[in-house]
Amino acid sequence: MTRPDSSGPPAGSPVDPHGRTVLSSNEIARGLRRIAHEILEHNKGAADLVLLGIPSRGVELAERLALILAEVEGCDPLPVGSLDITMHRDDLRHQPTRSPMRTVIPDCGVDDKIVVLVDDVLYSGRTIRAALDALADLGRPRAVRLAVLVDRGHRELPIRADHVGKNLPTSHSEKVQVRLRGHDGVEDVVRISGGN
Amino acid sequence: MPKHLISSADLDRGEVEAILETASSMHDVQRREVKKLPTLRGRTIINFFFEDSTRTRSSFEIAGKWMSADTINLSAKGSSTSKGESLRDSVQTINAMAVDALIIRHNQSGACHQVAGWVDASVINAGDGTHEHPTQALLDAYTLRSRIGDLDGKHVVIVGDLTHSRVFRSNVITLKTLGARVTVVAPPTLMPAGIGSWSAADGFATSWDLDEVLEGDDVPDAVMMLRVQRERMSGGFFPTPREYTVGYGLTRPRLNALLARNPRALVMHPGPMNRGLEISADAAESDASIVLDQVSSGLAVRMAVLYHLLAGEEVAS
Repeated sequence: MTRPDSSGPPAGSPVDPHGRTVLSSNEIARGLRRIAHEILEHNKGAADLVLLGIPSRGVELAERLALILAEVEGCDPLPVGSLDITMHRDDLRHQPTRSPMRTVIPDCGVDDKIVVLVDDVLYSGRTIRAALDALADLGRPRAVRLAVLVDRGHRELPIRADHVGKNLPTSHSEKVQVRLRGHDGVEDVVRISGGN
Repeated sequence: MPKHLISSADLDRGEVEAILETASSMHDVQRREVKKLPTLRGRTIINFFFEDSTRTRSSFEIAGKWMSADTINLSAKGSSTSKGESLRDSVQTINAMAVDALIIRHNQSGACHQVAGWVDASVINAGDGTHEHPTQALLDAYTLRSRIGDLDGKHVVIVGDLTHSRVFRSNVITLKTLGARVTVVAPPTLMPAGIGSWSAADGFATSWDLDEVLEGDDVPDAVMMLRVQRERMSGGFFPTPREYTVGYGLTRPRLNALLARNPRALVMHPGPMNRGLEISADAAESDASIVLDQVSSGLAVRMAVLYHLLAGEEVAS
């Protein structure tokens, strides 16, 4: 069974020194800025937008996107939350249980909003399937969109991202490692390691 | 995580903390409109209660249902037990129906431990005789933590009918696992035999004098009053209920004395309360009382226990 593409290693885990950097801190910042512009263009403004990050690194990305969106649009800070999917996973029986992380829904709720799910890496698509289920229990958004920092391919479900920071062709044996300032306490970076 | 939860000692500190953390996420779920999680879909949980219960049984049942498991309640009355079937035959019959978890309450200490040896399912102790009640200890720890934070170094006083109390035994273990100090107070007749052998070195003390403990140098952060279990008492453990109240009841003057020293002190009771005996109605209704929080924590904590014991990969027992 493919390891699902969410959560990843805990904060502060060391990166594989043999890996190569595919996105630098500047490139990540530019990618997020472009995603923010795309979201605004697609949504024709920031009205009704709610950003929900998928723990753990998706939450930091969602927070950053919200700041950029508010800055570009010159509006109030956008509502940001986090959506934990642990209880909705389809592979619970295949690994030791882990404690779920917090689900935080902004006060405005998600009903009739345009919810943008934010995650760091899109891989099998199973995390997003679980997130859609989790979201359905919380309300009925008008639309749900997906923004990811990296799309590494190998989908196992009919799911695609609306906004992608970088498309990254990978093999199954490779590992994509994302490290973020706030979450990991190191400079932003995306690296690939392993593979044949 | 262990496969069974028979004793509070089955969980190490990391495991207790994982359960309490999960419980706080589950607490959020409790406030939602849609409370159902798909996590235990297709799993079957049997609540087998050989002894009466309101809050434990209903909260295990609701917890199972909110996690999408199929939960079925059996009680001794109305099952084949009343026709004389032995405990072993009863649980093996249920085990043969391929259930995933058996939640058992029994009036005999050690019943759950025995059952765990007879079945493939996970066994969760919902109270066995005067032995243990681990989920109660977890929910008490959860309730305390949500009010006063990390329990490391905190001082909890447990008062009352210790001899007959499984809640007290589990609580001492779990509180000590989390680093709290525990003082237990009871009249000599209700102090369990052999309690002196419980190690005093790591923050465990006993006393016969409640006022002395409440006014002692080690100011309590919380006082847990235990129910006087008349149904388990044969013979005179104390002369009259009034005399018990005078010596060991949490009356308004005692509560005031405690709050004067620690305004944030908390009052707990695992329920059901004998108002006017071990706790005055006044103390039970006071702002310091977190009795109802304990009940609502029960659900979240039991969801967390079911999740950690049943959702993950199979562990060999």
